[in-house]
Amino acid sequence: MIEVRGLHKSFGAKRAVDGVSFCARDGEITGLLGPNGAGKTTTLRMLYTLMRPDAGSVLIDGIDAVHEPLAVRRTIGVLPDARGIYKRLTARENIEYFAALQGMDVPTARAACDSLIGTLAMQEIADRRTEGFSQGERVKTAIARALVHGPKNVLLDEPTNGLDVMATRSLREFLRGLKAAGRCVLLSTHLMQEVAALCDRIIIIAHGRVVADGTAEELRALAGEQHLEEAFMKLIGEVP
Amino acid sequence: MSTALIVYLKECRESLRDRRVLMNSLLLGPLLGPVLFLVLMRLVVGRELEKAEQPLPVVVIGAERAPELVDALRQMGVEVKPAVDDPELAVREQRIDLALRVAPDFGAAWRAGWPAQLELIYDSSRREGGSDVERLRNMLDNYGHHYGALRLLARGLSPGIATPLALANRDTATPQARGALLFAMLPYMLILTIFIGGLWLAIDSTAGERERQSLEPLLINPVPRDRILLGKLLATTTFSTASLTLGLLAFLVVGMFMPTEELGMSLALGPHFFAVALPVLVPLVALLCICQILIAAFARSVREAQTYLGIAQLVPLIPSIVLSVLPVKAQLWMYAVPLLGQQITIMRLLRAEPVPPFALLLSALVTLLAATAVFMLTRRVYDSERLAISV
Repeated sequence: MIEVRGLHKSFGAKRAVDGVSFCARDGEITGLLGPNGAGKTTTLRMLYTLMRPDAGSVLIDGIDAVHEPLAVRRTIGVLPDARGIYKRLTARENIEYFAALQGMDVPTARAACDSLIGTLAMQEIADRRTEGFSQGERVKTAIARALVHGPKNVLLDEPTNGLDVMATRSLREFLRGLKAAGRCVLLSTHLMQEVAALCDRIIIIAHGRVVADGTAEELRALAGEQHLEEAFMKLIGEVP
Repeated sequence: MSTALIVYLKECRESLRDRRVLMNSLLLGPLLGPVLFLVLMRLVVGRELEKAEQPLPVVVIGAERAPELVDALRQMGVEVKPAVDDPELAVREQRIDLALRVAPDFGAAWRAGWPAQLELIYDSSRREGGSDVERLRNMLDNYGHHYGALRLLARGLSPGIATPLALANRDTATPQARGALLFAMLPYMLILTIFIGGLWLAIDSTAGERERQSLEPLLINPVPRDRILLGKLLATTTFSTASLTLGLLAFLVVGMFMPTEELGMSLALGPHFFAVALPVLVPLVALLCICQILIAAFARSVREAQTYLGIAQLVPLIPSIVLSVLPVKAQLWMYAVPLLGQQITIMRLLRAEPVPPFALLLSALVTLLAATAVFMLTRRVYDSERLAISV
């Protein structure tokens, strides 16, 4: 469960995030939808404690992200915008490195790693060095290492960026699996199809502010539009 | 397992698979100094030695008029070349370097006991010919003095009459000291070895990791950033120390092939040097590595880090140059200056001069203290929000 209240972050004179509040519940997939530069990545970075908010609070499973960043990081798994993996290590070594940093002992880490490799269908590539991996294989590796410690909350920044149709479908399947397991999944995207296909709740962000928050149905009703895309355009203020 | 150790092991494993790191830390770093040094020594020393031993080609005009002189010159190492038509023109046109003309009345003057005339034809504006002219002149002087002495003896006079001054050279430089002068650059080469040994790891584990976008995911793990920094520092230090150790070993080997004896020098480049120099330099390894990481953390890209570090590796050259130009007397405070202290220690070791243990301790302590201070500073850079953000 992720609760965000009155989040602010400025870079110089630019207000990147200007009073964002929302809630992402367990057992749901929540989508942060917004155009490029709306403040999605900055919001997520404050959630996963890479940045300190200028004002506002982030509670993850009731733990304050500003005051107890290390405790929060144990309860979250993150696929950040930057998803570089170590190309001279194998996929498995990449995953086990993060498992060790999460404080898992070797047998537990190995078991968790094997299980994720199975779920993500990575058996073929697990023991290959990641140099020369396809985009999809790299994202799988990055997701596996982010989730190896079995976090209750999963944050993904534009997870399907650069993936082909097949990889996108299997990633969506995987995220639905996380939802079914009762995890709290929060993802950011600028793609309408993504939220429509995947999300239980949609939070629309524009110019650093939340402009709408609800299910796809509620948003369509709110904007008085049949199509989600029209509703989106209207809600972010691009069309009257 | 502690976080620093996890990071350390991962950095080492990754680096051992990186050909660039291996080339730099385990091959280029250790060998650059000794090889450069060997080449330099061979060039400088070799030229002097060759000059003394190589035959000196001289065009002799009228050799038949002074057969005894020509024979004597041959014995002293002159290669007598056949006469040319216009030796002045030939020298001016640089076809020949040096010519000796025996005057037509040489034989008659010699037999009569008059000064017999010889002409040296050369171009003093051509520098490389200077020492050849000097050599030939010395040979002729020797020949002249020899016969002068014989003539005096033949007339019942002591040859000492014609030599009112007796000059002898007494150089107080010990053979070790003469060697160390040539070896003044050796400390810098060792420092360069340390620098190159840690270079790629320092760049790769900070600027490189950020450029490849793996720093942000790494920092989202529930570990304090100073632990990560410590792991990276230890890995960099390990490779740098390995580089230094191999470099010192290479110098040991090179020391055996140095033509030092032929030049009347000796250098304490033995196992004792190795055993003392390594522990003396290890604190410096820690300091240089953390400085490299700090600089790499400031750089926005790998290329930028390379540029900064390329400039930074010239900084240790300053004490080296100062020490080789100004023969300062080692004072205690100098040991308390990182870089300077180690360079003085290395130079004293090479001269087989004792270094007070207290000075060694002082040097190590101050250097480690400086390394800790830079670590604290780097930690602040690591803790900043901007570190991980690559765009």
